[in-house]
Amino acid sequence: MNILVCLKQILDPEIPARDFRVDTARREAERGSANLVTSIFCENALETALQLRERAGSAKITLLSYGQPSSEDSLRKALAMKADAAALIVNDGNANPDPLTVARVLAAAIRKLGTFDLIMVGREAGDWGAGQTGGLIAEELGMPCVSFVDRIESEGGQLRLKRQTDTGWEVLEAEPPIVVTVTNDEHNLPRIPKVRDVMMSYRQPLTKWTLDDLGIEANEARAGNTYYQVAELFIPQKETRCKFVTGDTLDQKVESFAKRIVEVTSAL
Amino acid sequence: MNDVAICLFASTGFDKAAQGLAGAGRRFADELGGQLRAVVIGAGADTLALKVARLCDTVIVADQAELAEYQPETCLSALARLCADLSPRAVLLAGDTYSQEIAPRLAYRLGGSAVGDCLEVQVEGDALRVSRQVYGGKAQAVIELKRMPAVVWLRARSFAPAPARAEVGEVTRAALDIQADTRTRVVERKREEKGEARLEEARVIVSGGRGIGGPEPFETELQPLADLLGAQMAASRAACDAGWVPPTWQVGQTGKKVTPDLYLAIAITGASQHMAGISEAKTISAINTDPDAPIFKHCQFGIVEDYRKVVPLLREKLAALQK
Repeated sequence: MNILVCLKQILDPEIPARDFRVDTARREAERGSANLVTSIFCENALETALQLRERAGSAKITLLSYGQPSSEDSLRKALAMKADAAALIVNDGNANPDPLTVARVLAAAIRKLGTFDLIMVGREAGDWGAGQTGGLIAEELGMPCVSFVDRIESEGGQLRLKRQTDTGWEVLEAEPPIVVTVTNDEHNLPRIPKVRDVMMSYRQPLTKWTLDDLGIEANEARAGNTYYQVAELFIPQKETRCKFVTGDTLDQKVESFAKRIVEVTSAL
Repeated sequence: MNDVAICLFASTGFDKAAQGLAGAGRRFADELGGQLRAVVIGAGADTLALKVARLCDTVIVADQAELAEYQPETCLSALARLCADLSPRAVLLAGDTYSQEIAPRLAYRLGGSAVGDCLEVQVEGDALRVSRQVYGGKAQAVIELKRMPAVVWLRARSFAPAPARAEVGEVTRAALDIQADTRTRVVERKREEKGEARLEEARVIVSGGRGIGGPEPFETELQPLADLLGAQMAASRAACDAGWVPPTWQVGQTGKKVTPDLYLAIAITGASQHMAGISEAKTISAINTDPDAPIFKHCQFGIVEDYRKVVPLLREKLAALQK
């Protein structure tokens, strides 16, 4: 089985809100002292792929990223998690291309890399959270797509996908090739690669392409805004002043807390 | 060409999201000077259509056998054809699993642009702009859509319902020749027992975080409190990832976006990714040992104490007050 996993490198989403700044003119977050990390759902996708390979016995896992040159680090870390091959399309244009541009670039690279039974992406990225890459890649490649998957089994040429819904879960059977978007659950927390494996991964081959190598409208992809454009980006100033309940004893404090709750809920 | 279409799944019924969707659709259609059209899909579409017809100008029912139950590819093809026939300026969907799954692909097939988790839709001259949270709720972006139609999935519960109208919209049955696309097939559907009433529909939510410390207190401490308040239970990502509670309980950027009248956060620090899921809650309150926990910046009221001491006493006091 040939599996492709797409990865996106993003600004660490765990940085505290007080350290987070945006450049309103460029409509981008400021890097500041934040680290660059692989978006969590992408890592959940890779972990799900690795577990599928372990259960299926054999599969080749290829990694693909479209991003700044630093995205190589995300791919290297993923190689250290024991993926088999990696390719990077270097983004030398708009740092925040729209979802259709991203899907077209990734789809062109996927065609160039070969044929895949399973293409996996995170359900949304931890920065812009558009949640469109998977669906749009499926359309570009004419494949079906299933979203919010957290477990995949391979059974005699068929795939069994478990996915989360609003009220519970569903199991789908699917014929490859297919695109899935992956969400997190307690079973697909990404494994931590050994430091030594991360160092060794820098010796592994890694394919690098520019937009011009892909046979697409490279300039349109560089502009990256024919689908939509970020018109404004700002930090909303919304802070509420919390009224802490007071009292000399715990009993008094909880009493007035209970009263506030009743006030709010009995007005329902 | 200035019409607005809303897509509804009969399986979710006329819930708060469907009502918010119709409300957003009506205001948007009025602003554009167009009609509000609804497409209702799946088994039971007839019943839902009658309710929706009180709010919309026209309603199309698509409940052929192939569409009775949601199947991603078949449903997408049907919606793409029905929406193409309507040639609307915008297609609006709610934020449920199926809508999120379909919306970008629907936009692709209609030659339009999609954007999701939208909190506001504005018309500015020829342009359509939507507001949404980004960077895990730390920032807000206004996105300008370049292609038509705009396919937008909304945080629908945040939108006010539409006023009922004197005229009832015309209901027609879709004349579609549908082939089931069996490349993917839903073979099993399971509803979590405790999620029977959907979290997104809840008016009161009791939610626990990492500080709860394990699965048992959810059962023994929080659940009885929730029962007293007629509340739904929820949790932070940390509590779900730890496997203490089902993943369907998760609230935040990567979980449910909820809009209760009261959200009671217990032992939840309030990381911005969690706050992104409750920014539309009417009142937020918290129990936390740390007065500097970020959650309190969003609370109307709170208590700085260990939840283990507060919750049992709180249940007593609430029970007494409710008498």
